[in-house]
Amino acid sequence: MKVLVAIKRVVDYNVKVRVKADNSGVDLANVKMSMNPFCEIAVEEAVRLKEKGVATEIVVVSVGPTTAQEQLRTALALGADRAILVEAADELNSLAVAKALKAVVDKEQPQLVILGKQAIDSDNNQTGQMLAALTGYAQGTFASNVIVAGDKLNVTREIDGGLQTVSLNLPAIVTTDLRLNEPRYASLPNIMKAKKKPLETVKPDDLGVSLASTNKTLKVEAPAARSAGIKVKSVAELVEKLKNEAKVI
Amino acid sequence: MTILVVAEHDNHTLAAPTLNTLAAARQIGGEVVVLVAGLDVSGVAFAAAQIAGVSKVLMADDAAYARQLPENVAPLVANLGRDFSHVLAPATSNGKNILPRVAALLDVDQISEIISVESADTFKRPIYAGNAIATVQSNAAVKVITVRSTGFEALPAEGGSAPIVALAGARDTGISAFVGEELATSDRPELTAADIVLSGGRGMGNGDNFSHLYRLADKLGAAVGASRAAVDAGFVPNDMQVGQTGKIVAPQLYIAVGISGAIQHLAGMKESKVIVAINKDEEAPIFQVADYGLVGDLFDIVPALTSTL
Repeated sequence: MKVLVAIKRVVDYNVKVRVKADNSGVDLANVKMSMNPFCEIAVEEAVRLKEKGVATEIVVVSVGPTTAQEQLRTALALGADRAILVEAADELNSLAVAKALKAVVDKEQPQLVILGKQAIDSDNNQTGQMLAALTGYAQGTFASNVIVAGDKLNVTREIDGGLQTVSLNLPAIVTTDLRLNEPRYASLPNIMKAKKKPLETVKPDDLGVSLASTNKTLKVEAPAARSAGIKVKSVAELVEKLKNEAKVI
Repeated sequence: MTILVVAEHDNHTLAAPTLNTLAAARQIGGEVVVLVAGLDVSGVAFAAAQIAGVSKVLMADDAAYARQLPENVAPLVANLGRDFSHVLAPATSNGKNILPRVAALLDVDQISEIISVESADTFKRPIYAGNAIATVQSNAAVKVITVRSTGFEALPAEGGSAPIVALAGARDTGISAFVGEELATSDRPELTAADIVLSGGRGMGNGDNFSHLYRLADKLGAAVGASRAAVDAGFVPNDMQVGQTGKIVAPQLYIAVGISGAIQHLAGMKESKVIVAINKDEEAPIFQVADYGLVGDLFDIVPALTSTL
């Protein structure tokens, strides 16, 4: 089966972001950018499906700036066969990304689409579910296990309080949770090979999708800082403080 | 304004985050209608009707909704939602699963995990793991919003007597089916609802050592959580994870044991009223947010705490 994997270029998860002085957003100048960690898990899952002989072709797609080519090349080095960049300059909201992905799904006709459950910049946790709505496909979100069984997909999901398993008709949409797999690192030979793999760039206009949003960010502020308290010297002092000062036990 | 609130429940009990979501709805203002979709949910609908400020309860009682499959529930919510100014759901795993599907069916962007209501169309929400707070305005005809429970004090569960209206015409899309679930069984309180939360990190060393925390938790009536490092190391299951990618908690007392305090973890607990950190590394970042810090070996301190209390 053909597998489509959607990835996002985001600020590296080790970077401590700072809010811009004019409150227009966070400062991303000269900050290390990477593939969103949940998207790495999505790529890894597709590669494993190919290694098992379940997936026949892996197409990786990103909706974002020209520089997202770097992350697409990374995905190609990890094992994706070809890449599509839907080039869009502005910061997009999830519905716009889902609409662009829907157009790619219409064209590519994958049996399975894998996405990260959320991007660590916007923390929206929306795109996969929205793509499922637009395509009318079933969705297996927050997946910790994915098994293809004939024309069905069994997805085990991380839910509040435990795990849930659902059976989905294919084609289907899956979003990854942390424990689905541990992504590999790209080897140097594969990084070199990835440079020769096809990477196609398309414009949203070519796909006939509108990237308009009903949401507008008015301002971005630093969160209220929590100041450090005191160090206590002993268990007895801690218990005394919690009982008499904080009154929480 | 009319607000539709999607109730969180397990077909038997109305879950607490519904009350926090109703508090957000009250702040927006206007008429509040609660939707209870599930199977054999008359008890849940009755409970929802008792909440002060609820003007009506819509009950969709059908096997198609028994397991909250988004393929079935989202079209129901979207079709009802067209007639409302806002559709709200708690940011639980169900809410996060269903509501973006609803938003896309209504062709609007969702606002995820709001922590405050600025006005009927403007809300605050954390981004970048809580390292920034965005103020977001929606011009959508129907504003689709998930609500982070810790941002809103729960409404009392009684004081009302709203009418219950049963909805007909349920439809199973047939493209997904429930297979099974494994729910952790515990006598301890739920992480997101507990007054006291004890969390262990990589410093716990292994899963067996969490027994030290369980003993202390049982003394305090506390829930037990973990950092992502402890989950990734395989000490404990993922549903115990507190942080950006896990549960968001804001108890009266949070005790971080052997947790260094990565920003992803702080994002999940820094709204707690009182934070205690126990760590042998006095430079650990967790001490920068802790009200009370105790530097030392957790394997001495935790048993000592258990016997002192």
